[in-house]
Amino acid sequence: MTAAAEPAAPYAGAPGQPDRGPDKDVPRIITAPATPGDRVFRGVLRIAGYSVFAIMGLIAFFLILRGTDALRSVGWSFLTEEKWQTAAHNFGIAAVLPNGLLIAVIALVIAVPVALSTAIFISEYAPVRLRAALVSLVDLMAAIPSIIYGLWGLFFLQPRIIGFVRWLANHFGDAIPFLKVRTGDIGTSYTSSTFIAGVVVSLMIIPIVTSLSREVFSQAPQGEREGAYALGSTRWGMVRTVVLPFGRGGVIGAIMLGFGRAMGETIAVALIISPNFKTITHILENGANSISALIALRFGESDALSLSALMAAGLVLFALTLLVNVAAGFVINRSRSGASTAD
Amino acid sequence: MTTLDLPPVAASEPAGPAGPAGADADPAPPRPEIKVRLGGVTRDDVFTVAGSLVGSLALNWMLYERILPFSGAFGFLVCWYLLFLAGYFVLGRLQWGRLMVRDRLVSVVAWSSGLLVVALIADQIGYVASRGFEAAQHLNFFTESMEQTAALSPITSGGALNAIVGSLEQLGLATLFAVPLGIAAAIFMSEVGGRMARPVRTLVEAMTALPSIVAGLFVLGVVIITLGFDKSGFAASLALTVMMMPIVTRAAEVVIRLVPGTLREASYALGGSQWRTVWNVVLPTARPGLVTAVVLGMARGIGETSPVLLTSGFTSQFNADPFHEHQVSLPLYIWNYVKQPYPDMIARAFAAGLTLMVLVLVLFVTARVLGGRRPGELTRRQRRRIDREARRAEASARSTVPTAVQSAAVHPAAAHAATPAAVHPAAVHPAAALPGSS
Repeated sequence: MTAAAEPAAPYAGAPGQPDRGPDKDVPRIITAPATPGDRVFRGVLRIAGYSVFAIMGLIAFFLILRGTDALRSVGWSFLTEEKWQTAAHNFGIAAVLPNGLLIAVIALVIAVPVALSTAIFISEYAPVRLRAALVSLVDLMAAIPSIIYGLWGLFFLQPRIIGFVRWLANHFGDAIPFLKVRTGDIGTSYTSSTFIAGVVVSLMIIPIVTSLSREVFSQAPQGEREGAYALGSTRWGMVRTVVLPFGRGGVIGAIMLGFGRAMGETIAVALIISPNFKTITHILENGANSISALIALRFGESDALSLSALMAAGLVLFALTLLVNVAAGFVINRSRSGASTAD
Repeated sequence: MTTLDLPPVAASEPAGPAGPAGADADPAPPRPEIKVRLGGVTRDDVFTVAGSLVGSLALNWMLYERILPFSGAFGFLVCWYLLFLAGYFVLGRLQWGRLMVRDRLVSVVAWSSGLLVVALIADQIGYVASRGFEAAQHLNFFTESMEQTAALSPITSGGALNAIVGSLEQLGLATLFAVPLGIAAAIFMSEVGGRMARPVRTLVEAMTALPSIVAGLFVLGVVIITLGFDKSGFAASLALTVMMMPIVTRAAEVVIRLVPGTLREASYALGGSQWRTVWNVVLPTARPGLVTAVVLGMARGIGETSPVLLTSGFTSQFNADPFHEHQVSLPLYIWNYVKQPYPDMIARAFAAGLTLMVLVLVLFVTARVLGGRRPGELTRRQRRRIDREARRAEASARSTVPTAVQSAAVHPAAAHAATPAAVHPAAVHPAAALPGSS
């Protein structure tokens, strides 16, 4: 293999230069012979790099292997059954999956506006001296363990948000059906709901969406910004016409990544919800579920079929998040290479 | 200033401090240039914001507490904020044009969401700290385990020593596995490259967002069900490895890619082989960033609950052996005790949460402090040392060869690779061109 084919390989003579005169300079092709040490070195690195494939492959393989029993025992009704009664061979993800997605969607609805305006704030409005500190703070928010979010959501947020939830349910419940609470106006009707879990999860994806969007926003070209100002734009006009269009791809990718994270969020959700196995139509009512919370709350059941059923559910979660995350990765990478700007 | 000797145009300067008193005696005194403030906050802006804040607070209090049947702090804040925006819009509309009001309104929204995020973090930390202090103020929390502690034992008995030891051991093992693997994968992507680098990168990014419960399920399925081992701290550390490795890889790849190519080329020009170059030039140059990558991975790993929940098994006993028997860690300790209906148990869980948060904060701050420098950027001490060496080299070079090497900030890493003098011209670090770095 020629060394020049690889960007970081040993420097292999001059890069291809255009001919500068009558006697055309053809760059010599120099191959650097790899020493035995190099060969071993590259081999080791290659193994480490491929280990990522190995790990992800193994995860998929073992989830399939361990989940087969359960899938075989219930067949396709795994996708259509709402209940989760493993002893009666009657279980499926028809309720758990959409309920989990609902939590993720609620989280996104709350998180995206806050995250985007925070990202714009950090990249455009914050005093320059504060920016680094704010970036660190957002990163810190991402580093706070999910169990802490769960503690905070359960003990701090839930008692304080109930008044708001009741207000929503009482005043908008009749107009907007999914905000209705049908279980009567007592305190526990409003706790442990899909909505509250969604609020807590939204706090956990705010830093992810914020930091990725901030990154693309801050890459908006300086010349175009100044051009907008020179045409008499206000700052918001500049942001709206330069920064936001430039960052659109990255923002979409960031939102997808946030969605993937919200789907996989386990502990905070499991701490807050009281699990149920009906498809949820009223988000403010007590009772919610998600695949990850189901696994966290049920893995203690000792019989093999229960575990196998959880593995099958985990496989669905794994496949979904992998899909969303890889798609998000593609979107983000395309936006980084500047594909979304016309230049 | 050197070509034209005209005084600065007076009109471009606002009524700042006027020129020196004896201006007529001295016709062209070099007046200090005063920077014209283009943006900034005027008194009008401040009063408009403050006015709408106070006005909306008063209105909100009236509506919320006196007239309408609302309750709860959260709703109060939401309504206050909405009223504030409305009030600000009206106040702004009284004095500014439509475009300007919209601009101001957006900047107020941006500021408030920034403040909201800051407040959320402060609130979380503050709340967990204040609730955790109740149990953490008793020293026994850090010196005892839960063997002797029953459900209703007083707060002065029992503690989280077992969980702290377990957390640190599991984290240590996971770091031991994840760091070499993660950094090697990062070097593979940036130094070896090739066709497979891109798919590996995409997969690493996807793996970063792998649901942690899936990592736990994976290890549960492989190590405990298939291979038949007991639940242990070791199994938990394997699950944590799966979570930490992609984080280390991603962060490490970013810093390795920032290592200037000239350093590598210098090493190759000296005949260094690739692994010598990576080992002696690239990695030492990127060291602070790599440490940051490791520490960020650790900060993530120590707080992961769901992998640990599925793989390590809960116990109230003290167990310092991660390879046998169940071993509890801080997240699992919290998870287990917070669900019990006893106030003292919840207090212990909060104290464990505080401990966990302090550990995460320490790791995080360490990562920031180390990661503040770009790869190859030198500390003040290193710079002084290099200056000293360069002066000495210059002095000795002047005595022998007149056109010797310029004194430039040679990176110590490159200096390790070969004799310093030979490396100088190629390995001048970009940092040397920055003001204040030499």
